[in-house]
Amino acid sequence: MRLPAVMKTTAARLSALFLILFALCAAVLVAYMSSLSVRMLTQQTQDTIMAEMQGLDTAYRRGGLPALVRVVEVRARQPGANLYLIADPNGRILSGNVESIEPGVLEIEGWTQDPFAYRRYGESDDAAARPRHHALALVLRLPNGMILLVGRDLGEPEKLRDIVNHALLLAFAMMGIGALLIWFFVGRHALKRIDAISEAGRRIMGGDLAGRLPVSGSGDEFDRLSENLNVMLARIARLNDGLKQVSDNIAHDLKTPLTRLRNRAEAALAGKPSPAEYRAALEAAIAESDQLIRTFNAILMISRLEAGYSAEQAGPVDLAATVADVVDLYEPLAEEVGVGLAVGEVATATVAGNRELVGQALSNVVDNAIKYSAGSEDAPSVLVSLTRRGGDLVLEVADNGPGIPPEDMERVTERFVRLEQSRSRPGSGLGLSLARAVMEFHGGRLELSAKNPGLSVRMIFPGDSKRHGEN
Amino acid sequence: MKILVIEDDREAADYLKKALAEAGHTAHVAFDGEAGFALAVEGDYDVLVVDRMLPRRDGLSVIAELRARNVGTPVLILSALGEVDDRVTGLRAGGDDYLTKPYAFSELLARIEVLERRTGAREVETHYRVGDLELDRLSHTVKRAGQEIPLQPREFRLLEYLMRHAGQVVTRTMLLENVWDYHFDPQTNVIDVHVSRLRGKIEKGFGAPVLHTVRGAGYMLKAG
Repeated sequence: MRLPAVMKTTAARLSALFLILFALCAAVLVAYMSSLSVRMLTQQTQDTIMAEMQGLDTAYRRGGLPALVRVVEVRARQPGANLYLIADPNGRILSGNVESIEPGVLEIEGWTQDPFAYRRYGESDDAAARPRHHALALVLRLPNGMILLVGRDLGEPEKLRDIVNHALLLAFAMMGIGALLIWFFVGRHALKRIDAISEAGRRIMGGDLAGRLPVSGSGDEFDRLSENLNVMLARIARLNDGLKQVSDNIAHDLKTPLTRLRNRAEAALAGKPSPAEYRAALEAAIAESDQLIRTFNAILMISRLEAGYSAEQAGPVDLAATVADVVDLYEPLAEEVGVGLAVGEVATATVAGNRELVGQALSNVVDNAIKYSAGSEDAPSVLVSLTRRGGDLVLEVADNGPGIPPEDMERVTERFVRLEQSRSRPGSGLGLSLARAVMEFHGGRLELSAKNPGLSVRMIFPGDSKRHGEN
Repeated sequence: MKILVIEDDREAADYLKKALAEAGHTAHVAFDGEAGFALAVEGDYDVLVVDRMLPRRDGLSVIAELRARNVGTPVLILSALGEVDDRVTGLRAGGDDYLTKPYAFSELLARIEVLERRTGAREVETHYRVGDLELDRLSHTVKRAGQEIPLQPREFRLLEYLMRHAGQVVTRTMLLENVWDYHFDPQTNVIDVHVSRLRGKIEKGFGAPVLHTVRGAGYMLKAG
């Protein structure tokens, strides 16, 4: 079955469903209420008739038929009287206020089962035009065969039924309007917002990566959905920016050595080089490509760490042992370049993480510190210490080298950033970036501060030493 | 030495075959996992060089299957992945050493030669001797020409590793891995400084040099 387009919207379907459900509920409720009311009114009518009948019975016992007829005549004339009728055994009406009655009613004994039609005296003028009334009655046979009928008009229950029917119609009408309103508000409103979200989504897919989904500020489900999607988009954008930055940097920083490599090869081929010159050129080319590979590996590693790649072999890392290892590894180098590499206070501490990565990060920082303090005039030195500060573990490498100008402090841990004055020194420019990536991967951070003179690099592991990879 | 290279990149495989031949080894090449596995089971190889990503059957599954069949040939895994974890999974699958692409051939050759030697029983030796240089693991002493040389613990381990692989080229990364148990690439020549300091202790005042630098590769401890 093909639905009209408007029915294909969720809102229209929901409205239709609600309409049907409400209608069913209302119908059941109304039917129950009306049958209950009718039953109660009927009961009341029967009680009234019963009371009348008892009064007539008393009169009949006291004064026989004449007394009965007298009482009936009196009562029948009262305004708003019930129906009274006395008939002979053949059904001929003798007394009372009923002119004619539906045939067969007088043959009943006891309560009439169904409402019957009748006509009172005084209504005969326009008899044809007026509808006959319906009534409920008790029919009794007197000992002499005469028939006595006392009844009550059913005008009230009938009126009630009319009211109920009207109410039902009104309810249906209101439900119809309600459904339309629901469709209009839920449908139009919700659809509009969903359309806005899809529209924004299309724009973003179309290349507007800075675009975000609309948030109305009402804090409803749509807002929550949009907010979550926006957070996701922001993360994607950040990763994307990172990727773009990497590719820019690769382009910039790998192109230079590649060009150099190519130039050397070209230069080696030019002229008539001796075998020794060939050899030197080739060795230089290999050294250059090794440096390229090193840089490339570092970029890859940083990217993977930043992407939150999780190291399987995360275990306890003994930071004190790591300090000892790295200092031991760098001590001869420091001595050779005339830098005093010393170990200060070292707390006993273990963090959850990857020993290789932490070791590599620390060795990068120490490497840097040695490299940059080596030139300083008065007793260049590097001090490594591990302390607890607050709940955090602080692995600090402090040197008394030239330090970093305050305006560059933030920048140096970005990928490839090497301050101009250090361009001539060896290194990929990725040491501190890698250290920072490792620290962030472990849920910690890398802090740089000026020491006057010199630089202090702090690798800070958060106190609860959370497992990495948790966001 | 008879070496099987399982590597799907034909150019790389041919280069390896030629270079290994020049180094005095016989190399056979298989271009996919299945063929490599069949050759490794049949042939009597001293060392297998297995690339991790291979067509038809990946390198790790080849190694695991070989180990399951009790083929104990030493395996050097080559990988372009090169994460800390990849190394662990590779070694867990039954590999004996792990080398990340791109690598220097000298590094590969040094590792292959060390691997081959590993099958011998040299590891359990307690006393090494190279020329007039002696190292005793039990008493933790080093002597040259009968004269005791005091060494720092790390220097002792460095010398111990060099002596265990005397006559073989040992690269800087092999030293960092085996003496310091770190697998990263140090930024500067930290290892060289350690070696030259050790060299100063074991050569200064003695006759012939024993700790030689192999250009573009690493170091070798050799008498005479």
